[in-house]
Amino acid sequence: MSLDGSYYLVLAAVLFTIGGIGLLVRRNVLVMFMCIELMLNAANLTFVTFSRMLNDIGGQSLVFFVLVVAAAEVVVGLGIIVAIFRRRADATADDLNVLKG
Amino acid sequence: MIHAAPAILLLPLVGFAVLTFSGRRLGDPAAGWLATAAVAGSFVASVLVFAALVGHDSAHRSVEQVYYRWIPVGGFQVNVGVLLDPLSITMALFVTGVSTLIHLYSISYMKADPQFRKFFVYLNLFVFSMLALVLSNNFLFTFLGWEGVGTCSYLLIAFWFDRDTAASAGKKAFIVNRIGDFGFVIALFLIFSRTGTLDYRGVFSHLGGVSGGWATAVALLLLAGAVGKSAQLPLWVWLPDAMEGPTPVSALIHAATMVTAGVFLMTRASPILHLTPVSLTIIAALGAVTALVAATVACAQDDIKRVLAYSTISQLGYMFLGVGATAYGAATFHMVSHAFFKALLFLAAGSVIHALNNEQDMKRMGGLAKVLPVTAGTFAVAWLAISGIPPFCGFWSKDAILGAAYGKSPILWAIGVVTVLLTAYYMTRLMVLTFTGQARWETARPGGSPTPGHSAERPAGETQGGHGDHAGEPHEGPWIMTVPLIVLAGLSVVGGLLDLPFLNLEFLDHWLDPVVGHQTNLAYQSAGLKVGLLLATLVVALSGIALARGLWWRNWRRPELEPALLANNYYADDFYSRVFTSGGGAMSRFLAAAVDNRVIDGTVNGVAALARGGGTVLRRAQTGYVRNYALGIAAGTVVILGFMLSRAGS
Repeated sequence: MSLDGSYYLVLAAVLFTIGGIGLLVRRNVLVMFMCIELMLNAANLTFVTFSRMLNDIGGQSLVFFVLVVAAAEVVVGLGIIVAIFRRRADATADDLNVLKG
Repeated sequence: MIHAAPAILLLPLVGFAVLTFSGRRLGDPAAGWLATAAVAGSFVASVLVFAALVGHDSAHRSVEQVYYRWIPVGGFQVNVGVLLDPLSITMALFVTGVSTLIHLYSISYMKADPQFRKFFVYLNLFVFSMLALVLSNNFLFTFLGWEGVGTCSYLLIAFWFDRDTAASAGKKAFIVNRIGDFGFVIALFLIFSRTGTLDYRGVFSHLGGVSGGWATAVALLLLAGAVGKSAQLPLWVWLPDAMEGPTPVSALIHAATMVTAGVFLMTRASPILHLTPVSLTIIAALGAVTALVAATVACAQDDIKRVLAYSTISQLGYMFLGVGATAYGAATFHMVSHAFFKALLFLAAGSVIHALNNEQDMKRMGGLAKVLPVTAGTFAVAWLAISGIPPFCGFWSKDAILGAAYGKSPILWAIGVVTVLLTAYYMTRLMVLTFTGQARWETARPGGSPTPGHSAERPAGETQGGHGDHAGEPHEGPWIMTVPLIVLAGLSVVGGLLDLPFLNLEFLDHWLDPVVGHQTNLAYQSAGLKVGLLLATLVVALSGIALARGLWWRNWRRPELEPALLANNYYADDFYSRVFTSGGGAMSRFLAAAVDNRVIDGTVNGVAALARGGGTVLRRAQTGYVRNYALGIAAGTVVILGFMLSRAGS
């Protein structure tokens, strides 16, 4: 059985929108981080879907690059978050505004 | 012995270097003797080269020696080298000869000056620069020497720099010369742009087909340089002030040698001058007017050295008149004879000043013939020579110029003859006031301190440690001061033999013929005219002497004969100071207030204010909240996507 590709695309769009809105409205750094992951994976889902629909392996291989970069990004990002939590117990993203111009 | 040529240049340079680096070890009199020996050696080398050139036949009396390539840039080449020809070797001979005598004299004159060694360092550097100027084979190396003599002139005028007047006189000389040098430099650019070279031979062989406008521009710009260096109108104001320097410097630099550099340059550039008759007329007129104006001023001066300074300007005017009348031989002849008698006048004046403990005011002299017999005798020779009395050299050289001027224009000749009258008058006045009449210095002494505000040599006691031995009567200096006087007096007597206008005796004219090409001399005039002109100037000169004797003999208070206008040099200094110094200051202040403060600073500050204002506005975007940035990214993405979709749709 094969589902129509548009379902996947709609799902990816929904996930991406949830991630984007979550990123904009939440204050907890960890949650924002998870939202970013959600957006990345929504994009991955789109890649894979189009890869199936167009019968082109390029989309799927690109997903691996995204996964690798995302993994690296998680390492760096979590490192920063841990460093922040060491300095202050209940940091929300809005407290981290020392770069205010 | 043409190979002795490098020694002419090198010996003074070596003397300069040795004195600079180990003058202290040599000690005081030895340093002076070394400097004198260096210049004397240079003179001997000049004589050897001269003898070698005499040995060549007249068509081949021009030898170029190149020592090294100074500035090789693409097609442009400037070499350090010499052009040995009749003109340059004539200059080298009298420059080194007169310099040797003046060096010798200075050993005694500068005795006990704390800066004794430095004085000779400068003198040797000066002689080197002057020789580079006259011997060089290209315009640029000449210019190097030209600036070198200017620098030495500045250093030596301001030699007693702890005196304000001397320091400012040095600066004045330097700055006024700069004005002329500006013209010289532009002339060099013009010459190079047209001929592609600066070598004298190269330039003069490329003159075919150049435009008259170019030649006139080059000639007049070179003239500007010459006018500055030779103190002609309108740049003559520095020379009288240059008398602030020690008297041997006045004799060497500001009478005998450096100031003749302008005449030399004009003579050297004669192939260019020939292309532009209008420039020749300008040069002749300028020279004649300068001769007259300076002579009138000299009639009303009290300072013995200032009389001689104005007289130098006047005599240099004659030389320019000679050049303008294309009588290069006559101009050079007068340059040489002037070097003899003017150096003698200055050295004798220095001897007087020395004897009177630095008194320079002629009104405080008088009756010196009895106490300074050698000085008075030699001074009298120079007095007759400059006044134009035969058989002294000044008579022949001045008449050669006047004869040529008559050929060019009787008006110029008339101006020259009036100047002869004035020359005889002011020199006789000087002679009478200084050496005859009652001894007014007896009342001026003891102490001999110069009148306040008066231009006088350094106050007694500072330099004149050697004077303690004769606090009483003034007396002659030692032999090294009198020997140069006697030698120069001898030369002033026989110098006329260089170029007599009769019987094919114009040695100097014939000697210079291959260098300057076509030139005017008295030989081209009929015998009757020649004799007539000679007699006319002789009568004029004698009447000038008689006039001055009648007016000033035993009668030294004659303020009505010294109008303030003349005594103050036609207020030229006041005029320049009002117009150029004050005007320049006002312009600078205006530019500082209006242009610098408003325009330039305004631009700079405006740019800074713009950056600052822009930053103030833009910093609001930098909130520090991550969500704002994220919103910005999202919005930006939407905009870009919207743009791309709209493009894709169309």
